Amino acid sequence: MSVSRRPFAPLRNLNAKVAAVPMIVTVLVVFVGCTLWTVVYSFTSSRSLPTLDFVGVDQYVRLFRTSRWTVSLKNLAIFGILSLTFSLVLGFILAALMDQKIRFENTFRTIFLYPHALSFIVTGLVWQWILTPTYGVQKVVRDLGFETFNFPVLTDGRYTIYAIVIAGLWQGTGLVMALMLAGLRNIDDEIWKAARVDGIPAWRTYLFIVIPMMRPVFITTLVIICATIVKVYDLVVALTNGGPGISSEVPAKYVYDFMFSRGNLAQGLAASTIMLTTVLIILVPWALLEFRPENRRGASK
Amino acid sequence: MSSSLPSFEPRGRRPKRLVSPTSIMIYSVLLVAAIYYLIPLYVMVMTSLKGMPEIRLGNIFSPPVEVTFQPWATAWNSACTGLYCEGIKVGFFNSIKILIPSVIFSIIIASVNGYALSNWRFKGSELFFTALIFGAFIPYQVMLYPLVIITRNLGIFGTLTGVIVIHTIFGMPILTLLFRNYFVSLPPELFKAARVDGAGFWRIFLQIMLPMSLPIFVVAVILQVTGIWNDFLFGVIFAGTKNFPMTVQLNNIVNSTQGVKEYNVNMAATILTGAVPLLVYFFSGKYFVRGIAAGAVKG
Repeated sequence: MSVSRRPFAPLRNLNAKVAAVPMIVTVLVVFVGCTLWTVVYSFTSSRSLPTLDFVGVDQYVRLFRTSRWTVSLKNLAIFGILSLTFSLVLGFILAALMDQKIRFENTFRTIFLYPHALSFIVTGLVWQWILTPTYGVQKVVRDLGFETFNFPVLTDGRYTIYAIVIAGLWQGTGLVMALMLAGLRNIDDEIWKAARVDGIPAWRTYLFIVIPMMRPVFITTLVIICATIVKVYDLVVALTNGGPGISSEVPAKYVYDFMFSRGNLAQGLAASTIMLTTVLIILVPWALLEFRPENRRGASK
Repeated sequence: MSSSLPSFEPRGRRPKRLVSPTSIMIYSVLLVAAIYYLIPLYVMVMTSLKGMPEIRLGNIFSPPVEVTFQPWATAWNSACTGLYCEGIKVGFFNSIKILIPSVIFSIIIASVNGYALSNWRFKGSELFFTALIFGAFIPYQVMLYPLVIITRNLGIFGTLTGVIVIHTIFGMPILTLLFRNYFVSLPPELFKAARVDGAGFWRIFLQIMLPMSLPIFVVAVILQVTGIWNDFLFGVIFAGTKNFPMTVQLNNIVNSTQGVKEYNVNMAATILTGAVPLLVYFFSGKYFVRGIAAGAVKG
């Protein structure tokens, strides 16, 4: 990056420093300060108001003994693994098909991407309506003559998390498709020509040449999806509100409920600290990989 | 030869034949996927145009026998949220009141910030920038309660100002990244020439950078309008009951437990809530794609 770097005296670049004050305050107070506050207070016995009465890891022990939390974690894992797998696979397939110099490409892209412009609340409510057993898909299929058809994704606690997966995929796959398509367009045409000359079938070219070349795109997409998965909240509130019972609870909702409606602050803080840890486990290896340019260049050759 | 820049334009020759086994397969898969994507929109519109008796009898995919716009009027004017029955319009205007200042403030702050980070770097500026980008990955839930305490002490908790400040804070990472990358990509000679001519920080920004950055401002506006309009979490916590944005009101209307469920009114309210970002999306096409791709571009 070519930027003029002159030996400015500390005060001569004052304007830039003033301009950066909001960023510095946000980083120091919100991102660092608030996060540390949460971690520290998660070790206290705070209930409706924060107190500095430290109780060690009690809140965490209680957290993992609460069935609602373990159900939340299990749901997050199911939601995460299924969303990740399906959105990557389907997103890539759609992008590969879109990359075949097809007609109406813009129309298809507009259709695949429009759910991404909607709120999770809207998505959740639409799918709640489509999946309602009394009026939705189940009734329609039964009316077609399949009298015993059952699709109880909203009423049977064993399946509610899959309803959330279906709605989440509808909203999120378009984004993956767009990112993948940009990645595919970045692959040099010469690679395709060379593969064709060598008589390599298209699927093998994709699998063994193109996908490995798109590694950075895949990793970035993966990180973006993971970050949204961990935060999933609005979608659940709108679609099932955690029910029936606690069958579709997720960690972000646990945090919100314990902090703001149950007045059990430290539980919420401990739960959010676990969420933070999950994100760090995903983020740190990626950051180490991504922000060492020499390493990455060496690896991709 | 194709350029190495990310591009969404089709390349190469036009397709030769439309009817070959491969292309039939490609188009049918894409068509099936497109139908799957369009079904929810179709169902929403159809349901909102039916009367309740027809909904109870028919199936959700069939078009209305008797088209009625009553559900739309009810949704807008008199749908009940559990607290009062003034319709989704209250939420609509609240969302507008939150949206406009949030978009303006977040973009002003982030554009100046991005400009400082690209042309006027100072000791530590890159460190703060990296920290800002990493901060974008911290789950909001981790920072919520301390922010409640801070905003309460500032006297802005549960007010429009409060939710606007929160949107400005959390819009900062992505917007700063967007603007910084854009300003870095401009030819440095421009900046140097202006410096030689004696222009300072603000003058270069206002007279040279701003006129050149209209496209990136459009991308930023689209990103913020859709993002803030679709927000639920910050609205429900920081805006206060009086100022609940449209998404929160919509959820309260549809998921309120009392009364008979009026599915047609619910769907009309849902479409009305989705309409603003959808219109932005349909009219901005390429800019919208650029905005979401910006999140994937590394600094």
